Amino acid sequence: MAWFRRTDEPTRKSRVPEGLWVKCEGCREILYKKELERGLFVCPRCGFHHRVSARTRLAQVFDDGRWKELFARIFSTDPLEFVDSKPYAERLRALREKGSRSDALVVGAGRISGVKAIVAAMEYSFMGGSMGSAVGEKMTRAIEQCLKSRLPFVVVSCSGGARMQEGILSLMQMAKISAALAQLHAARLPYISVLTDPTTGGVTASFAMLGDLNIGEPGALIGFAGPRVIEQTIRQTLPEGFQRSEFLLEHGMLDMVVPRQELKENLARCLQMLA
Amino acid sequence: MGSTPVPPFLAPIEDLRQRLAEAERGGEGRAEIARLRTQLDDEARRLTADLTPWQRCLLARHFERPHTLDYVRGLFTDWVEVHGDRCFGDDPAIVAGLARLDGESVAIVGHQKGRDTRERLYRNFGQPRPEGYRKALRVMHMAEKFGRPVISFVDTPGAYPGLDAEERGQAEAIARNLREMAALEVPIVVVVTGEGGSGGALAVGVGDRILMMEHAVYSVISPEGCAAILWKDQSEVQRAAAALRLTSNDLLRLGIIDEILPEPLGGAHMDPALAIRTVGGALRKALSGLRRLKRTDLPRRRFAKFRAMGYFSER
Ligand SMILES: [Zn+2]
Repeated sequence: MAWFRRTDEPTRKSRVPEGLWVKCEGCREILYKKELERGLFVCPRCGFHHRVSARTRLAQVFDDGRWKELFARIFSTDPLEFVDSKPYAERLRALREKGSRSDALVVGAGRISGVKAIVAAMEYSFMGGSMGSAVGEKMTRAIEQCLKSRLPFVVVSCSGGARMQEGILSLMQMAKISAALAQLHAARLPYISVLTDPTTGGVTASFAMLGDLNIGEPGALIGFAGPRVIEQTIRQTLPEGFQRSEFLLEHGMLDMVVPRQELKENLARCLQMLA
Repeated sequence: MGSTPVPPFLAPIEDLRQRLAEAERGGEGRAEIARLRTQLDDEARRLTADLTPWQRCLLARHFERPHTLDYVRGLFTDWVEVHGDRCFGDDPAIVAGLARLDGESVAIVGHQKGRDTRERLYRNFGQPRPEGYRKALRVMHMAEKFGRPVISFVDTPGAYPGLDAEERGQAEAIARNLREMAALEVPIVVVVTGEGGSGGALAVGVGDRILMMEHAVYSVISPEGCAAILWKDQSEVQRAAAALRLTSNDLLRLGIIDEILPEPLGGAHMDPALAIRTVGGALRKALSGLRRLKRTDLPRRRFAKFRAMGYFSER
């Protein structure tokens, strides 16, 4: 495997709007975009972590922003012929025409501060980062590649959970990926899960919570049920900060909350000690 | 959550059932009883011949359907129920324990729903909290330690979406069960008996053989939840139920389950004893097939089974 080929696509933002100046989603300050980008899309004023695309994320964690994409040809189909307000097949076609070719997961191989690793990052702009069969297959192949090449595995989650348009098949991806992680676990290869805003539903209730180490980004929403569903169930307003990274850290579900600027260094340090 | 436990489309059947029961109690003539029985069978046959997916959901939730403890009482001997996750507490929404099937000891886990209001509340409508999943896992690990097969009964609207459940790691509990069940070195047979509600069902649903009752349903989300999110309209449950492909036939076709277990005419609640016997027969067959396999081969085979689930293109 070639580890040092430059990828065709440099950093690309997902939620930060076009133009020279942007407004911070945390403090509403107007920021110079170049400055925000240099700071990995973390607001220099208030520390708000803006959502970044999967490709931007991979460029941030791999040395010199260089990595090689794996399993890029796998894409969703519409096995249930699912139609809600629009046919699922049409949604997929539109996304493909817009240039999304990796479904909701981009898998990359490269080095993190010298440590060879495979990193899978979820793409929120692709149907809310939802997990369907394509995500399940790519994640499983990434784990199998780690097993074959004896490499550590890192996942950066950013997802609303299972993809409803694939029904029961999307639910079963939770079992499929978790069974693959059982193999990685048995092979004693490190797996680090990074949970970013948002990580909910079937993604949290499978691979995102199964890291040897679980790392949260500051302020990220992380949970099984969504806040609105919980509020409807218990008929109460949820306390401030509920289901945020810091709350999960306090309740023992995360090993640490790490600001984005320190993520790469942290990953490298942990992987060096475990791998 | 269901103040009227019997869905309206079942009203004609419920009416006939009641009349038949009264006739039998009141010592009516044999001819009249036979006539009512034939009428009931005809009605049940007519109704279940073309159930809509949404009606199947309602049938799967019927409060008189056999629940996990009914199967335990009907099929096993020497039932020893165990309690607690050794971390926080005991969850009545999941039962777990040891019992014998034809003299051989097995471990049993399963969701438990209640029948009357008091019991339904006590069982939290079959919606587990993390400690329920952790109790189930504890018993499954015990089964592995002592080389006993695991039988799991799935019947839940879903994992409980409450504040306390989130605080104690609902997601982590489900996730861990998925990974640990995949790796368990004893046979696991899963029976979806009623409602297979999303991750809360799957958390005890990873196994070597997945059986499903004819009128059970299994879905990534409830039709109500799906309608609210995708249609932004609760009244679209019928369309949501159809779109989700959640019936036993759908799941067999999609390669998710191994076998459909036929139900008595009109559904399992019409003749629970017969439904329980059917499950018993299927369990014995599944277990005898799995007993021949080497225990260290089981996780690899189980991975291969779930590995194959899903449809995607590769170009
Ligand atoms: Zn700011």
